Amino acid sequence: MRSSAQNGDVKIELGRRYRFAASHRLHSAELSEEENCRIYGKCNHPYGHGHNYVLEVMVSGKVDPATGMIANLEELDGFVESEVLEPFDHKSLNSDVEAFRATVPTTENLCIEIFRRLKPFPKAKLERVRVQETSNNGFEYAGENPDGFEG
Amino acid sequence: MVLLTRKIEFAASHLYHNPDFSPEENRRVFGKCNNPHGHGHNYTLEVTVAGEPDPVTGMVLDLKDLKEILEREVMQRMDHRFLNYEVPELAGQIPTCENIARVIWQLLDPKIKQGKLHRVRLYETPDLFADCYRNGAGGAKLS
Repeated sequence: MRSSAQNGDVKIELGRRYRFAASHRLHSAELSEEENCRIYGKCNHPYGHGHNYVLEVMVSGKVDPATGMIANLEELDGFVESEVLEPFDHKSLNSDVEAFRATVPTTENLCIEIFRRLKPFPKAKLERVRVQETSNNGFEYAGENPDGFEG
Repeated sequence: MVLLTRKIEFAASHLYHNPDFSPEENRRVFGKCNNPHGHGHNYTLEVTVAGEPDPVTGMVLDLKDLKEILEREVMQRMDHRFLNYEVPELAGQIPTCENIARVIWQLLDPKIKQGKLHRVRLYETPDLFADCYRNGAGGAKLS
């Protein structure tokens, strides 16, 4: 196959979408009952509630001339499955995910936790994750110092 | 700077096969995408051009011009075609989403004279897509 050591003058990212359903409750132990109620509103209801989350994972890397791929989808899917989908899908984020025992499982924090879990993917560079909580709110995280971030 | 995006759809067939691999390797690496007679997708292409709106027309570039460029460079070349055999720019490459996006970038970049090509996003399915940027432009920019 045609060989090209690099991607040339372009940067290519691969995006893949996944879905999981989970419940959560937004409640901070550092706030009073009234403050929790005021800040989180119905998301503070005591028994929690759920969402169908959509996770978008972006990775970059050299396109392997032999396969035409940045990363084999089966390997990416398998990694996301074991690191995120299996531990999160049909679970209570507050009770079943260690990271959210002491951290409020807002979708901002969920993005950061998912990024942390996926960062070690060995076959490509994780660029960012985007988590859609509902069709009206989505959050992105690209690490502490993302390339090109003009913060 | 303003980013302007235009979307088009095309349908095409392809297969993944590397002649340097054994039949077993091809099946292992490419799975059902190695089916010898190919298969097809409805591709969605989003082309984003960056620029300043012209003070007279209010446009980054004339959408008619962009539409014509996409028609000529992408639709006529790829729509209802077998990508492996009918698109010379992809000859010798596996027509993955990554490689098709790069070829589309290379076709469009020199043709866009007003504004600058910023991103090519190609969806193979709603859950799988590739983004192509100018190297160094930083795809990770948060917006």
